Amino acid sequence: MAQATFRIWKGQGDSAGFKDFVTDATVGMVVLDAVHQIQAESDPTLACRWNCKAGKCGSCSAEINGNPRLMCMTRLDQLDLTVPVIIEPMKSFPHVRDLVTDVSWNFRVKKAIKPFKPRKPDAPDGTWRIQQQDVERVQEFRKCIECFLCQDVCHVLRDHHKHPEFAGPRHFVYTAALEMHPLDTENRLGQMKDAGGIGYCNITKCCTKVCPEHITITDNAIIPLKERVTDEYYDPITRFFKIFKTNQ
Amino acid sequence: MSHADLRLPQVQKLGQTSRTDVWWLQPLVVLLGLSAFGVYATWAAFQARDYFYHTGGAHYLSPFYSPLLYGAPHEPRWIDATLPSWWPSWMPFSAAFLILAGPGAMRFTCYYYRGAYYKAFWADPISCSVGEPKFRGEKYRGEYRLPLILQNIHRYVFYPAAAFVIVLFYDAFRAMWFTRPDGNGTEFGVGVGTLVLLLNATLLGGYTFGCHCARHQIGGYLDRMAGRPIRTACYTCVSWLNKRHMGWAWVSLVWVGWSDAYVRLLCKGVFTDFRIF
Repeated sequence: MAQATFRIWKGQGDSAGFKDFVTDATVGMVVLDAVHQIQAESDPTLACRWNCKAGKCGSCSAEINGNPRLMCMTRLDQLDLTVPVIIEPMKSFPHVRDLVTDVSWNFRVKKAIKPFKPRKPDAPDGTWRIQQQDVERVQEFRKCIECFLCQDVCHVLRDHHKHPEFAGPRHFVYTAALEMHPLDTENRLGQMKDAGGIGYCNITKCCTKVCPEHITITDNAIIPLKERVTDEYYDPITRFFKIFKTNQ
Repeated sequence: MSHADLRLPQVQKLGQTSRTDVWWLQPLVVLLGLSAFGVYATWAAFQARDYFYHTGGAHYLSPFYSPLLYGAPHEPRWIDATLPSWWPSWMPFSAAFLILAGPGAMRFTCYYYRGAYYKAFWADPISCSVGEPKFRGEKYRGEYRLPLILQNIHRYVFYPAAAFVIVLFYDAFRAMWFTRPDGNGTEFGVGVGTLVLLLNATLLGGYTFGCHCARHQIGGYLDRMAGRPIRTACYTCVSWLNKRHMGWAWVSLVWVGWSDAYVRLLCKGVFTDFRIF
């Protein structure tokens, strides 16, 4: 049985810093198992957020060797255990303690986005008719588990702290799911342009790279939204032709 | 959006990260690749010669000079003059100067290249979860304000770029017709140069017609595509190309440079074109 060193961010406020823990690494273990083992063996005060341990609740987001990842989905055999494994909290949100951050800002942003507003029902019984192919496009966005790793890695939030002006990739995915929904009649493009600050995104695709659900955030959500915003606000020719277009 | 005061970790310094992989390799490769292409394309544009190979009845025109608006009488020029009458006499002229801005603007405003050169040239950010220059901090403007808000012209530069692809396919078609040895008419044939130019047009087509802007224009702006089979087929096709946009971008960039180099080396007599049939 091999032993591995985990260099974990510990503490709160200015007194926080890295602390090394050594524990056994056995076959099949993930980083979250190691953190739990350290809690049991060495430091019961070590705080981390977790829930399902199956990559579906999005709670155990952290930075492992500098890469935003879910602790429960990062196997130890993917990591080089000959050197300390660095585990840090997410850096785009206020730090609470140890590996825990306060992600509540995300929920406030989500609440501000205009909700789903379906067209009038298609049938007298109050139901709608939509085609499978039209729904498929937004199904991808519904896989989001709200782990906020995309928000964490986005440099607009992480490095530039544009939280007051920028909604972030998670909320662009959420908005895209609503905007592209075949039943939806609401227009959120103005909101995305101004309050959501979609123009701040400079297409680094980091959000797509870290998404544990493999949502193609940049290509399928953000860029199509940027193009729609361009249609609506920056492209005089498209605006002119829209006069003659029938309702989509 | 709604926000409370957030007490956030300090902004990192340039290059600061806990990443243990070779995160700097990709931006370095992009930096070197784009710089090398930029230097070569500029040099080739200033040459103003060795862009049309017609030895042995061949008809190979370098893509850097196509469409050839002005040129010598034996060249496939579009306008019957060697240079525009309005061109200042003190300024050197190359037919490439008149056209390279078209595909250049397409690449410069391309969503893929934007992400790539922001990282490689401006360190904005230099790589994912790696610190960027601290001076930018909260002054960051992204593409929200001038000057980068002008990147939204991408859709306008797409259409000329698409026209260039059509012209390049015509050039490849023209490269299949060799002047007969007796000088009377042409005959069908395929040389290595023909294949080089045909592949060049194909790769540029894959890149141009797979761009995010084309995807949006062909159907991405719609919420409902059911009942529109032709549009759906086009959207599916463009989406397939778009999924591999980075690959198309790089392969077409390298190949267009190689196509120019191939014609140039033929003209210089470094090697001769092999006629397959």
